[in-house]
Amino acid sequence: MRKLSVELQGVSKTFHADGQSVRSLDDLTLRIEDGEFLTLIGPSGCGKSTLFNLVVGLLEPDEGDIYLEGEICRERIGRVSYMPQRDLLLPWRNILDNVIIPLELTGVPREEARGRAQSMLPLFGLEDFANSYPSALSGGMRQRAALQRTMLAEKKILLLDEPFGALDALTRRELQGWLLEVWRRFGQTVIFITHDVEEAIYLGDRVAVMSPRPGRIVKIVDVPLPRPRRQAMITEPIFSSLLAELLEALGVTI
Amino acid sequence: MDSRDKVIQPRSTRFWHEALPPLLLVCFVVLVWQTVAVRSGLSAFILPSPIQVAQATYETWDILLPAIGTTMVETSIGLGIAIVFGVVIAGVMDISNLLRRSLYPILVASQTVQILAIAPLLIIWFGFGLLPKVLVVILICFFPLAVNTADGLASADPDLVALLRSMGASRNQIWRMVRLPAAMPSFFSGLRIAVTYSVVGATIAEWVGGSAGLGLYMLRSKNALATDQVFAAIVVTSVISIGLYTLVYALERAVLPWYYTTQREEHWEGAGIY
Ligand SMILES: Nc1ncnc2c1ncn2[C@@H]1O[C@H](COP(=O)(O)OP(=O)(O)OP(=O)(O)O)[C@@H](O)[C@H]1O
Ligand SMILES: [Mg+2]
Repeated sequence: MRKLSVELQGVSKTFHADGQSVRSLDDLTLRIEDGEFLTLIGPSGCGKSTLFNLVVGLLEPDEGDIYLEGEICRERIGRVSYMPQRDLLLPWRNILDNVIIPLELTGVPREEARGRAQSMLPLFGLEDFANSYPSALSGGMRQRAALQRTMLAEKKILLLDEPFGALDALTRRELQGWLLEVWRRFGQTVIFITHDVEEAIYLGDRVAVMSPRPGRIVKIVDVPLPRPRRQAMITEPIFSSLLAELLEALGVTI
Repeated sequence: MDSRDKVIQPRSTRFWHEALPPLLLVCFVVLVWQTVAVRSGLSAFILPSPIQVAQATYETWDILLPAIGTTMVETSIGLGIAIVFGVVIAGVMDISNLLRRSLYPILVASQTVQILAIAPLLIIWFGFGLLPKVLVVILICFFPLAVNTADGLASADPDLVALLRSMGASRNQIWRMVRLPAAMPSFFSGLRIAVTYSVVGATIAEWVGGSAGLGLYMLRSKNALATDQVFAAIVVTSVISIGLYTLVYALERAVLPWYYTTQREEHWEGAGIY
């Protein structure tokens, strides 16, 4: 068995707001191997983003432990790179200065950071937009910028929260292929949240399914499709049977 | 780039595009004023015509010019201190919730006190010199600056703050990279309000107890029943205020280019939602 990269052991989290308590995660256990691409699906509000916030260290679990690279880890801030649901680019910085934020935060001088980011812009299809403000870019371009910012943090673990959720089908296809390409090059461990079951199968080595709130993992399936993935694979019988299995796990009856 | 590219107009065209309508309107009003003043047969003591006002301005220019100087000095010093104070108080309110809750009501209460009641008191306490005028300007300008800046600091997107925290940013880094830039548009809104009030504030203080400045000029003109000179002072005060406002606006555009490329402008075609 390969080394474990991220491990959640019996993690529970309850929020208290306005005198009400919402149990977001309940005794959730999940293991992700080093270099794996795990996709995570589940109904809206089941605690997927909560899970990410816990792993990244913005929240602490009420119960349970979180392990990073095999060790129990309490000071997780800065160990993991998190791309939230919204692109969250700083409106007052152009694209180049937005993507270098993680480098700047670790003390890399601005000019050097710019140089490093500049050479990576073409990979993200952003070379023509280095000096544009985020507001001048389309949603797809902004998402690429957010992704480059996530990558430039140079962390071994990436948490991507519905990065393509708000995009049109065509752009989404394009970015999926491109993300797999980037992942192949850099080889990080990726946890990828999505609402789109087909996307989950197309991208993942494994697909994990969460229950409605309080969230727990109810099913994990392996995706035996070979890599590199091709769009044509979505017509294969194995793809449709996986789709049916996952939809059933989500409680969708066909 | 995509279809949201806008047609960039030359700077001079844009200036005229923005300045021409109000200028035309002002010309029209002045014309009507002139006509009414001449036709109605009212004496210049009641309603001087624009031409008489211009004449008065020209004839008393030797007194007006140093008066303008005095008022401007008071205004600039007061405004400068108000900016520093306003921003510092806004920062303090942003750092501590307790301080915010204790300071905010006091700030609001300070604005309900009539400046016309305060100004004579300040004169009694601090004499007829520069200090009481500067204090009045500070009192007037401080509020919009502090409140707007505080609101701006609080308006920073909490998700942005959390994202930077997840990257390991320190409190200082978050301030510098998120909160301060996020507050800039509000700060400038406050500054625009402050500069328009500042000249009036200085003038009022001079009126109440000054040994120089536009307020004193106005008071003396009134006492001498020189209505045309009173109007001259009003026009000069307005021109200075408008000038300061325009200056701040230009500064804002230069400092916050991102804010103005975000804003939909009049010359964008159509009214879509992007
Ligand atoms: N900081 C918080 N305070 C209080 N309640 C919270 C907080 N964060 C999340 N919740 C609640 O926890 C539940 C799970 O939220 P979460 O954002 O993790 O769901 P999600 O699976 O990411 O949903 P979606 O698919 O819509 O993004 C929701 O009911 C939400 O209201
Ligand atoms: Mg979510």
